[in-house]
Amino acid sequence: MKPFTYTRADDITSAVSEVSQQEGAKVIAGGTNLLDLMKIDVMQPRHLIDITRLALNTIEETAQGGLLLGALVTNADTAYHEQVEQRYPLLSHAILAGATAQLRNKATDGGNLLQRTRCYYFYDTHTACNKREPGTGCSAIHGYNRIHAILGHSEHCIATHPSDMAVALAALEARIHVTGPRGERTIPIADFHRLPGDTPEKDTNLADDEIITSIELPSKGFAQHYTYLKNRDRASYAFALVSVAAGLDMEGDTIQEARIALGGVAHKPWRNPEAEALLIGKRASRENFQPVADAYVQKAKGFEHNSFKIELACRSIVRALMQAAKIDQ
Amino acid sequence: MTKISVTVNGTAQTHEVEPRQLLVYYLREKLGLTGTHIGCDTSSCGACTVHMDGMAVKSCSILAVQADGCEITTIEGLAKGDQLHPVQEGFKECHGLQCGFCTPGMIMSATDLLQNNPDPTEEDIRHALEGNICRCTGYHNIVRSIQWAAEKMKTSARALDGAPVSTSPVYASVNLNQQQQV
Repeated sequence: MKPFTYTRADDITSAVSEVSQQEGAKVIAGGTNLLDLMKIDVMQPRHLIDITRLALNTIEETAQGGLLLGALVTNADTAYHEQVEQRYPLLSHAILAGATAQLRNKATDGGNLLQRTRCYYFYDTHTACNKREPGTGCSAIHGYNRIHAILGHSEHCIATHPSDMAVALAALEARIHVTGPRGERTIPIADFHRLPGDTPEKDTNLADDEIITSIELPSKGFAQHYTYLKNRDRASYAFALVSVAAGLDMEGDTIQEARIALGGVAHKPWRNPEAEALLIGKRASRENFQPVADAYVQKAKGFEHNSFKIELACRSIVRALMQAAKIDQ
Repeated sequence: MTKISVTVNGTAQTHEVEPRQLLVYYLREKLGLTGTHIGCDTSSCGACTVHMDGMAVKSCSILAVQADGCEITTIEGLAKGDQLHPVQEGFKECHGLQCGFCTPGMIMSATDLLQNNPDPTEEDIRHALEGNICRCTGYHNIVRSIQWAAEKMKTSARALDGAPVSTSPVYASVNLNQQQQV
């Protein structure tokens, strides 16, 4: 690991001013992904600002009936929090489907959103990668691309976002509160992560000098009808090939509202509100779920090794909705 | 260099460390606590698992400077004199180790599990060990060892007439059955 200097921030204001003023500075919280990337020189910050002691580690109720997750609450404390388990079990399940106990004990909710792709070429400094080194090309497009994107990719990058938690947050329409030298602002989760376009080096719309302070969950948690379905190459400690976070609001067997977010298929959690709307007022049934799944993958385009994901995503959406609606297979 | 003060296995330690020094190297090289192993150095294998403020963490993915002010427990801190921790005893009784390389990490993960969930199902145990890899593939006996320890700890807790098993918040086991494969 390249040497760097280190300070520990005492308050959010000084953390923001330090990150905005110091060249090559980077914030560290749990560090579970950042340190791995620093060990292999994929990320080389010259200065680390440790924010782990800031008072952003509580879960509180909001005036709107939702929950506010402090950016520094660990993934474990979030997943096992009584209110999260009861009101947002989709989020608990998604978090527990990812990483391992030791990592969830350390990784923070804010950091989870900011983790980098697990594209093999991004990690291999001997290969070209537009995300790691803009302008060098994408080795994955004509390389081994089993884990790569089928939606929203560009000729510059076909990486996927690896988070499970973010997929559940997308389905729950969470809002990300951030602060920076220009003040505070709120970014809907749908606008937080970016598609690669011609700037794949930018994963999110968070500015380099901004810090996530909290994640707000709206009151609607879909706690009665939800599922997080994760498909991966082995049953533990692997990233999703395709995952589905599904939440249904049902009256009897009629769907009032449906939320479906896909993980492992794009540079960000993938929503398709028009396709979701097809379910409003419909009876929960396999035959009504199929057209929605078809609509989700209609524009999907695979590569040499990952075209199987298109069919997998389609079937996974139907399966997830069946589980959420509690319909026997 | 940055000055850190940590309590390791109950003993206060103060040292100057380089910011880039990982906690696992600090424990092994500065403090000579070589029971914590380095298996992969990429936060994958779990051999380096220790407890930081009571929680199992991978000490290869934490900077020593980040542990400043924290309490660390390593495998060396589990036994009380000659009396093994029930999880250590379980590994001995149920042949929970073969080459032994992963064992310290396995035991530290298992003790974290049992302090939060004293009565785990087999599935709970397997889920808790997701981040610990055994290259000898001795998982079945590792699970049995932890079941043995859970039983022993429950019996000891009853013998202590209602003494609390743990002061940590009890994490309920979450039903993961919905994560079926397609």
